[in-house]
Amino acid sequence: MSDAQTLRPKAQSRFAVVMSELMRRPRAAFGMAVIVVMVFGAVFAPLIMPHDPFEQSFDGLDLMGGPLPPGGDYLLGTDLLGRDLASRLILGTRTSLIIGLVANGIAVILGAGVGIAAGFFGGWTAAILMRFTDLMMAFPALLLAIVLAAIFQPSLMIVALVIAMVNWVQMSRVIYTETRSLAEREFIQVQRAIGSSSLRILGKHLLPHLLSSIVVFGTLGISTTVLLEATLSFLGVGVQPPMPSWGNIIFENQTYFSTAPWLVFIPGLLIVLLALAFNLVGDALRDILDPTLKGRHG
Amino acid sequence: MKRNTFLAGVAGLALAAGGAFAQVNEDAPQGGEMVVTYQDDVATLDPAIGYDWQNWSMIKSLFDGLMGYEPGTTTLRNELAASHEISDDGMVHTFVLKDGIKFHNGREIIAEDVKYSLERVTDPKTRSPGAGFFGMIDGFDTWNAGEGDGLSGVEVIDDKTVQITLSRPDATFTHVMALNFASIVPREAVEASGEDFGREPVGSGAFRLAEWTPGQQVVFERFEDYHRAGVPKLDKVTFDIGLDPTVALLRLQNGDADVPGDGIPPAQFLQVMNNPEQADNVVEGGQLHTGYITLNTQMAPFDNVNVRKAMNMAINKDRIVQMINGRAVPANQPLPPSMPGYADDYEGYPFDPEAARAMLAEAGFPDGFTTELFVMNVDPNPRIAQAIQQDLSEIGVKVEIRSLAQSNVIAAGGEADQAPMIWSGGMAWIADFPDPSNFYGPILGCAGAVSGGWNWSWYCNKELDARAAEADAMADPALADEREEAWRSIYVDIMDDAPWVPVFNEQRFTLVSDRMAGDDSLFVDPVHIPVNYDYIYSVEAE
Amino acid sequence: MSGYLVRRLIESALILLGITFVTFVLLYMVPADPARQIAGRSATAETVANIRDQLGLNDPLFVQYFRYLGNLLQGDMGRSYLQRAEVADLIAARLPASLLLMVSAIVTELILGLTIGVVAALRRNRPADHTLMIFSFVSISAPQFVIGILLLYVFAVQFGWLPIGGYGTFAHLILPSITLGFLGAGWYSRMMRSSMIDVLEQDFVRTARAKGLSRLHIITRHVMPNAILPVIAMIGIDIGLFMSGIVVVESVFGWPGIGQLAWQAIQRVDIPVIMGVTMVSATAIVLGNLIADLVAPLIDPRIKTK
Repeated sequence: MSDAQTLRPKAQSRFAVVMSELMRRPRAAFGMAVIVVMVFGAVFAPLIMPHDPFEQSFDGLDLMGGPLPPGGDYLLGTDLLGRDLASRLILGTRTSLIIGLVANGIAVILGAGVGIAAGFFGGWTAAILMRFTDLMMAFPALLLAIVLAAIFQPSLMIVALVIAMVNWVQMSRVIYTETRSLAEREFIQVQRAIGSSSLRILGKHLLPHLLSSIVVFGTLGISTTVLLEATLSFLGVGVQPPMPSWGNIIFENQTYFSTAPWLVFIPGLLIVLLALAFNLVGDALRDILDPTLKGRHG
Repeated sequence: MKRNTFLAGVAGLALAAGGAFAQVNEDAPQGGEMVVTYQDDVATLDPAIGYDWQNWSMIKSLFDGLMGYEPGTTTLRNELAASHEISDDGMVHTFVLKDGIKFHNGREIIAEDVKYSLERVTDPKTRSPGAGFFGMIDGFDTWNAGEGDGLSGVEVIDDKTVQITLSRPDATFTHVMALNFASIVPREAVEASGEDFGREPVGSGAFRLAEWTPGQQVVFERFEDYHRAGVPKLDKVTFDIGLDPTVALLRLQNGDADVPGDGIPPAQFLQVMNNPEQADNVVEGGQLHTGYITLNTQMAPFDNVNVRKAMNMAINKDRIVQMINGRAVPANQPLPPSMPGYADDYEGYPFDPEAARAMLAEAGFPDGFTTELFVMNVDPNPRIAQAIQQDLSEIGVKVEIRSLAQSNVIAAGGEADQAPMIWSGGMAWIADFPDPSNFYGPILGCAGAVSGGWNWSWYCNKELDARAAEADAMADPALADEREEAWRSIYVDIMDDAPWVPVFNEQRFTLVSDRMAGDDSLFVDPVHIPVNYDYIYSVEAE
Repeated sequence: MSGYLVRRLIESALILLGITFVTFVLLYMVPADPARQIAGRSATAETVANIRDQLGLNDPLFVQYFRYLGNLLQGDMGRSYLQRAEVADLIAARLPASLLLMVSAIVTELILGLTIGVVAALRRNRPADHTLMIFSFVSISAPQFVIGILLLYVFAVQFGWLPIGGYGTFAHLILPSITLGFLGAGWYSRMMRSSMIDVLEQDFVRTARAKGLSRLHIITRHVMPNAILPVIAMIGIDIGLFMSGIVVVESVFGWPGIGQLAWQAIQRVDIPVIMGVTMVSATAIVLGNLIADLVAPLIDPRIKTK
């Protein structure tokens, strides 16, 4: 980063600066491109899907009752119920993105909330909150998610909630450490000394500094969420059929993986792409927003 | 059309394989080994407790009861009993034990052991899932409630004679005496092992337990002092555990396994059938199984019989059977074809979405309605549920699927107001013994329509209940035909009320390696499910 | 330092206690009734009621919890509802398989990750570096079940070089270890690369190179010692990820470990087994974190240990 950038006129918003930085880095640009395409696919799914993703077509299966390979009428082939795979994958983008954003959003709010409260108020509050965080961290995440899913009747929102319950701990740890170190810095002490209300200190002075971390770990968190949702669906405890999710497409069709591998690998590839995109973007954001978080070498 | 002839062929095979007599080669040589593969770990080999289809036949090979079945058939025969006399009123059964019958630990079996075993399984402290089967024995109610010091209806007359008095005449009693739960166990071994008896079973069956490495392998070896000469044929049966069905199939093709216990995986099924060499090694047989959709008669709109009939006409059963590679036959009544009491000429409800829609309109639902379908979340059941969902959407019924863990579905079914429809796959009914009454009590009778029960359609027809009790009271063997007819008409009448949509009866397909031999029926034994280890022999023995 | 250690040990014990409580409560909330599962489908309502009574399922939550805790502290994890065998026995029988898998996964990820990191650092900013770093990103973005099925398909089904799942020989261990360790390999490669670059930039290295010391010498004498500690810390965290990972990996490969046991137990609401496996996993995670925490001050003395 050259000095010239820091002298850029303030008229250009911070957001724009970050964006252009992102696009400068090939990996991050790739990630952004993937995300944009996925979002596009999710939003405009009804217009893009070549077939009805729920229609179990009689022509969608071969004479023996097996799925059709890619080609012809069905671009990517069909699944075991004779439904068009391409259409289901496109609709599945919605599931992944919605859960990714909602689950992660809740996890961020919860995690950051806990971390800030613990870091700022310190003392007993911190002790209790952080011990609780430690407790949740010691749970094997997947087992916890599966047990939670067994308690509630699953639906899109419940799955998102369950994932959030499991993922918020990462954020809270990081935010706690940061808040704590910030809270002890001079400018905060000064604010306390002059009697600013806690809320004011939190909102006006702490939050802006924390924002970078929140954004970075929030973005990286979407990747974890996407992976967790895929795994839960793969185990059969994710979103309810017939709603497609890349994970539950693999779950439904995995018994045929040796004769119809496309049913496993194409959705698998999409999962990897989406998670990768958010990882690349998150990593680049970390470099841009706060290089000290990682180390000096990109 | 090709599809239909394929299915017709399967159905034809099924009827042929359901014959009553097996050609069991009593003179087959002894010797040789067999390897069977399973994916799941064996839960327990305690005959009072083991109740999953994996350990059911293993227990049958380790233990014997007073009664048994002719191998490969559903015909009862004496097992440990040399003779069996029934009093005129059908209430007192006297069994005389054979001579020279021993437990695996060498001790001779005496009548006291019979009493001990029956008391153990009905003892509430044993928590046996099979205790309820013995309800017809006098004194069951008090003993099973934890009072008294034994089953008063079971009396030891002398070392070889046991007399069992019933509290009501019951035609299923002899079948119950052939159940795994009625196996005879040695008191000293049970007391020595305590709750671990299931890991260290000692019985009197054709095989004894040689070795058990949890999660990996179970080994049976021949019990030399078995009371039937020349049985079992094999020296050893090894169960390899933890193998995925695809892996198991490959092992078989490599010659490292003889029978894949979990069957042929769906993806490979067509491959195998299309390969003439392999297809030769496939044995097919009927199962005493029905897969059905329950319609909760206590939840609207399924309280309306016409709605239920409409549902019956809306499901495309052929398509569902095709989804599971044709490994079933479409069903139109609760009983499976190989069960006595099956109504061969009953036509049931036709697949007619038009008529279904009309019927719904008549019943007051011209625009259909919304409802829920519960299903177990293990493949292929969610897929089948989606096929059902699509069929019903054709007649205007919008179905939301609830794909849950098995225990959660069972819990929902056991409450009157939770599950409007349940697809029984994965939890579906397989008969405990080959008698029509076994399909009634818990799943269609009033006794099952209680909180925590398995009558998930909450169907309670008191008139039919009375007729069922009457039919079961016909304990006299001379009345067997009449009894069968009585049950037949009960089930046909049930279909008039349509609390279920019977969908299919699964067929059993077993793949056997070249070195195993024996009558086909032994590999799809209807009782000794899936494979009758006792009578199969090896071509390598001399 | 020993004060710190004692404090962390006490905290760990309290955390484990807390986990027993939270897990117990969660399982209590699962709507299915284990008594019904045990009683089976042919049981009468009386039998179910009797089983509930016998297992103490009618007692209030706290009574049941303290009973369980009391037994646990004496080493009794209870008996599986379905298999009737002691939970401790079931877990003991399967734990070695899972431990074997985890250890070999750690070895795999270290070998893979450290090698990639070193090579990438040495070829910094050149095509090899970029490729390897993309690879490491992909490895942390791929769900384990996809990797597992992919490896199975390519190496076992198509090429037939390795067995399709199962347990027993070294050959059986290869694919599951790679699958489980793949994720970690990504993290380690980046850490190693970072450490390596840090060291390479320092003056004394240039001096050493000028003097003619080989790269290998520099790596072993200077990079490794610095890199070891963060790696050990990471391994501690890794154990946590492994505990989740084995549920999926063991299922895909048919590996007879505690992951498979847990999965089956959850399907059938076999509460004692679920509690047992959760406790064992949590203990492993807590131990891992403890190791990581103890190592951390050694890396960065600024971390307060009072």
